[in-house]
Amino acid sequence: MTIYWNSLSDFLAMGGYAGYVWGSFGVTALILVLEPLLVAKRKKETIRRLKRLMHAELRRNPTADSVNTSRNSAE
Amino acid sequence: MSLYRYASPATFYPLAGKLIPAFTALAVLFGLAGLYLGLLVAPTDFQQGEGYRIIFIHVPASWMSMFIYLVMAFWAAIGLAFNTRLSGMMATALAPTGALMAFLSLWTGALWGKPMWGAWWVWDARLTSELILLFLYIGFIALQSAIDDPRRADKAGAVLLLVGVVNVPVIYFSVKWWNTLHQGASVSLTKSPSMASTMLWGMLLMALCFWMYSIAVAFARVRTILLERERHTDWVKELLAGETK
Repeated sequence: MTIYWNSLSDFLAMGGYAGYVWGSFGVTALILVLEPLLVAKRKKETIRRLKRLMHAELRRNPTADSVNTSRNSAE
Repeated sequence: MSLYRYASPATFYPLAGKLIPAFTALAVLFGLAGLYLGLLVAPTDFQQGEGYRIIFIHVPASWMSMFIYLVMAFWAAIGLAFNTRLSGMMATALAPTGALMAFLSLWTGALWGKPMWGAWWVWDARLTSELILLFLYIGFIALQSAIDDPRRADKAGAVLLLVGVVNVPVIYFSVKWWNTLHQGASVSLTKSPSMASTMLWGMLLMALCFWMYSIAVAFARVRTILLERERHTDWVKELLAGETK
């Protein structure tokens, strides 16, 4: 389990394949970080939008309980 | 306790929410161990030099791109057969991740191919069928977003998934069926591994990392889809009313 490389610059140079190796690992890391962030952003926006819809419905029909048993009541 | 309970959106939503941190933690752990072995410990390849290290992400991404498609096709079949709501949502939630895995497979393959073959791209059976897989993912996403009614979008998407599933064995066996420039399978279940054990472990750990990542991100995405599609139900309204942020 010893480290294969002699120095950091050896490691970074990747035996002359630096652009190919780091281009692969870099883009992969970028995507694996960005995708969850985009998913989290969409969830936040969805919750905000659905809450707005729910409150708009309550204003239109204040007597109704916030939890309505009939489906399609928000439309 | 029946398994059917977890097929109910109201039960699945909090369950998925609880499982996401666990799968994320596993993805990070497997990823760090895999990168340590693959980038720092594994010896060089006598033919490909250090450029071979690209396979530590190329192979896991390629496996996941095929596996996610099979899982989507499985949910599509369940959805068509039993008309379950959650299965269609699972397929929809997995599609972007599958498309990204197919893209990463092609991207890392191109960066490997240039120094090894002298070409970013060749119309080889393995590469071409993987490109078709990417198009299938994009086609599935485009088809679903073109149909307003989510239940109809699920059905149309399911048919596309089941027709396209024939492409997955074509990708997998392409290196056997045709004379391809692409090398044969890196890991075989029937033969003992030809590579150094640190290489093999590095690759398997990276594959586990990609697997855990895909589950975590698909669960996160399916929760948003659940909220959108179930917004008229009591459990979503209760949840939104209780949500403070």
